[in-house]
Amino acid sequence: MIADQLPALQIVIPMLAAPLCVLIRRSFVCWCIAVLANVLVLATSWAIFKQVQSEGVIRYALGGWAAPTGIEYYIDSMNAIMLLLVSFISCVVVVYAHETVRKSVQTGKHYLFYAAWMLCLTGLLGISITGDAFNVFVFLEISSLSMYMLIAFGSDRRALSASFRYLIMGSIGASFILIGIGFLYAATGALNMVDIASRIPDAQSQRAVLVAFSFLTIGLMIKSAVFPLHGWLANAYQHAPIAVTAFLAGTATKVSLYVLLRFFFSIFGTNYSFGGMLLNVVLLPAAVAGFVLMSLVAIFQSDLRRMLAYSSVAQIGYIIAAFCLASQAGLTAGIVHIINHGIIKTALFMSVGCIIYRVGHAHSDSLDNLFKKMPFTVCAFIFSGLGLIGVPLTAGFISKFSLISASMERGWWMIGVLVLLSSLFAIVYVGRVVEIMLFRKARTDNPQPTGLREAPLLMLVPMYVLLAVSVWVGISGSATLSVASDAAAALLGGYQ
Amino acid sequence: MNPLWALVPPLLVIPFIIFFGERRRNLREASIIIAGIVLLGINDRIYSAVKAGELVESGELSLLANFSLRLSAEPMGVLFGLLASFLWVVTTVYSIGYMRGHDEQNQTRFYCCFALAIACVMGAAYADNLLTLFVAYEAITLSTFPLVTHAGNDASRKAGRLYLLLLMCGSIGLFLPAVIWIATAAGTLDFRVGGILSDSGMSQLSVGVLLGLCVFGVGKAAVMPMHRWLPAAMVAPTPVSALLHAVAVVKTGVFTLLKMVTYTFGIDMVSTSGVANVVLPVVAFTVIASSIIAFTKDNLKARLAYSTISQLSYIVMAALLATTMSVTGGALHIVMHAFGKITLFFCAGAIMVSLHKTQISDLDGMGRRMPVTMVCFFIGALGIIGLPPASGVWSKLLIAGGSLEAGNAIWLAVLMLSTILNIAYLLPIPLRAFFKPAAPGQSVDVCEAPFASLWAIVVTATVCVLLFVFPQPLIELLGLIQWR
Amino acid sequence: MAVLGLYNYWAVIVLMMAGLYILIARYNLIKKMIGLGVFQTSIFYLYISMGKVQGGSAPILDDAVPLYSNPLVHVLILTAIVVGVATTAVGLALIVRIYEEYGTIEEDEIKAIESREHDA
Repeated sequence: MIADQLPALQIVIPMLAAPLCVLIRRSFVCWCIAVLANVLVLATSWAIFKQVQSEGVIRYALGGWAAPTGIEYYIDSMNAIMLLLVSFISCVVVVYAHETVRKSVQTGKHYLFYAAWMLCLTGLLGISITGDAFNVFVFLEISSLSMYMLIAFGSDRRALSASFRYLIMGSIGASFILIGIGFLYAATGALNMVDIASRIPDAQSQRAVLVAFSFLTIGLMIKSAVFPLHGWLANAYQHAPIAVTAFLAGTATKVSLYVLLRFFFSIFGTNYSFGGMLLNVVLLPAAVAGFVLMSLVAIFQSDLRRMLAYSSVAQIGYIIAAFCLASQAGLTAGIVHIINHGIIKTALFMSVGCIIYRVGHAHSDSLDNLFKKMPFTVCAFIFSGLGLIGVPLTAGFISKFSLISASMERGWWMIGVLVLLSSLFAIVYVGRVVEIMLFRKARTDNPQPTGLREAPLLMLVPMYVLLAVSVWVGISGSATLSVASDAAAALLGGYQ
Repeated sequence: MNPLWALVPPLLVIPFIIFFGERRRNLREASIIIAGIVLLGINDRIYSAVKAGELVESGELSLLANFSLRLSAEPMGVLFGLLASFLWVVTTVYSIGYMRGHDEQNQTRFYCCFALAIACVMGAAYADNLLTLFVAYEAITLSTFPLVTHAGNDASRKAGRLYLLLLMCGSIGLFLPAVIWIATAAGTLDFRVGGILSDSGMSQLSVGVLLGLCVFGVGKAAVMPMHRWLPAAMVAPTPVSALLHAVAVVKTGVFTLLKMVTYTFGIDMVSTSGVANVVLPVVAFTVIASSIIAFTKDNLKARLAYSTISQLSYIVMAALLATTMSVTGGALHIVMHAFGKITLFFCAGAIMVSLHKTQISDLDGMGRRMPVTMVCFFIGALGIIGLPPASGVWSKLLIAGGSLEAGNAIWLAVLMLSTILNIAYLLPIPLRAFFKPAAPGQSVDVCEAPFASLWAIVVTATVCVLLFVFPQPLIELLGLIQWR
Repeated sequence: MAVLGLYNYWAVIVLMMAGLYILIARYNLIKKMIGLGVFQTSIFYLYISMGKVQGGSAPILDDAVPLYSNPLVHVLILTAIVVGVATTAVGLALIVRIYEEYGTIEEDEIKAIESREHDA
């Protein structure tokens, strides 16, 4: 009985947890509710994942209203991956958030923080699960609005202006997506993704489809922070509470990338997007410029959060470049990198969060010899940093290896070469910080707070859970690869 | 026998090292030596198994769809594994004297990274496919990075940066593309008898480019212009320079190339297609040029560093000549050069600890103060040059024979010229130590290195001589390699 | 005639561009919110005018009404209006907080304050 209703539970649980938090208002209890809800969500998404793997696509009519009238939840292996990724990352980070929230968020507003978190989770899960184009927009706005709120919780007043800038950019992006969906509806008369996809081939010649395509492209590029539309990202990542940054980096942009995949591959179809519209001609230069330039920019950042933010833009560039290959191998590489980068970047931001929790800020200049004081945190930073570079045996290696071999398979040598070039930049920006934390002697003119010690256990444990997963993903890469390859096949094959 | 066992002792000893720490340093170092001896025993078992013709292999860990991590033993790897594990024990004994005599900081970190590096070397030695070898190769770079920057001062940080940059740039920028290229072209990365590329239908040009990518990408082989890290890394403590930069790190580089030529490209492909002729001149240039640079260096460790670069290029050259004789010679030279060079480095470290001298011009008359060290230095130098009664002569003979077999006497001439240069830059050091009078006002008391260090020096020098008399077991082992 | 016949789309385009222009070109945060409002409203028009059927009446399920406009877009736009209101509310709340912290709602002045802070 419950097994049939899992897709609804996936959304309903976090959605109910949010008002519950607002009603109860006590910080600790709210946190418990959030964690509990998240664990349930994680269990649900795991069950859904297993179900999809064994039985194939799940189609769930919400409220019993069948597809053209009602909203349908459509879950194939790609959606299942996203659900699992989002709920796992959220679950780990929400446990971690407790200490940082207590320290940096104004007392008395904690319940709002957790409520917003739950709403955001609802939105992100909703985007990943729904099979209705308009519903995507609604969930996108639910997640974005709560995300603006979460960012504004930052202790620095610059968080407010960063949040506002994100609001403006995000709303433009979402409105563009809304326009795109409107034109799609005008051209095909359907909102259900499967229906739209089946009617697109006949409607292809209409100008409305073309307009929809271009609005969606721009809107999704803004939402997923593809270079050069990434302006909102660096400030938002830097000034948000660090737990929010970790959550945002691992999930929000990834979910937008998923929407991009869904629209371009399943709905418009690979032939239309990449054959007719030459999407790769538009996206590929942006992606390549993104990962080369942004890796370069990351080298010159002194704030660790900002450095990692630019590195995120670069990683999104890899993913988009992989999509542009528009082949089975390329899509697999992109999806694997969505998973791997989500995990790695979250772990990195969590370790930076531990540093901020103790040191008070994250300027690379004053982290001299931090290894002596906070060995576990620094170890976590180093390991996940290696993953970011793509050293063998880490998750990053799997995705870079598959990306490069996919680009070679396609005969696009230059992409492989440039990916490697930007990996070299990654060595520089990660290496620079690691060198300071390991080897530079503490200086007198840049004192660290006295009594500096290891971060609390409640922060370390979730971080190491995430690290363990990233190590597992790194050494048994074929597991993720095969899952991603299924998803890629499903996307390329279109809806059955 | 599962070759995975070879990774166990060096990894298992790390918790012990951390546990004993600075407070019980005797126990800490004893545990390393025990681990070393156990490792040597394991490698010996693998050796006898391989000699008996048994299949020595581990299970596999599937990393990417068609590519997995897997270990298996073959003659070259066994030789390399035996060498590294034997020298690990010796170097640990030596480091006890050196590190304590020098009062180094962070010794626990030092021994940990050292053990980790050895584990990675074992992984490289027994790698069953190119992916495993690549993984181990990268792991060696990363685990030795803290050793290079051990001192923590500006000079060592700068050296560390150069070390990481050159090796990583090479491996990620050139070697990794080559690996991926091979994977796409051949569909596999396994090491197979006769190579995997022969029926992939690659053009000569592609094979040539691929070979170039490998030779320059494997920065640890220090072929010019990728050699800069090696002299820079000499800021590390001497045992590091000794084991890692005369044995483990650099030898992994040339070992990688030897394995690739034999089992990935296949020697026939490299020798017949003539593609190696594009790369060989660069390698030959490295041999000569670094010998000449060594000649101009007054700093003892710097001179040894450049000598290492030139000797490594012998092995690269042997690999690229790709005849059975030359590749055997190259593999043999890994061992012969290791013993010679480690003796020299040990001596240089001993001189630094006891006399606090680093410049060759300061060594006049010092033979009387450190007679044992200087005699061993002399033996080590003979080993490098390739003169009887030291070991280097056999491997050089084989490489020279290989170059004739390949039908090109130019490479023989390069070898001869470099040997003459070897004599010119190595032999004067012991000679002036023994026969030149000491500078006036210097003490003339005998002042040998700490006992532990001296013991290690004598052992390696003795092995140098022993290998001259009994090279047969090694040659027999290498005779087991299947070429085609 | 065809161009004039599409007058509703012209209105949408004019509103949309005006909104987008205000959003990008104005430094005053309140004006930005106004721009966003205009921009979003234009999208509502777009949807609703799309659903109009020539000669159709209100969608009431009755035999007397044979031809009626598409009701779905109205439902969609009700949702979108709610989303738009929420966005405006969050935006205005942020502006209030920004004014409390910075003492101004001009973006260039906020940027100046931030860069001064950064240098200090």
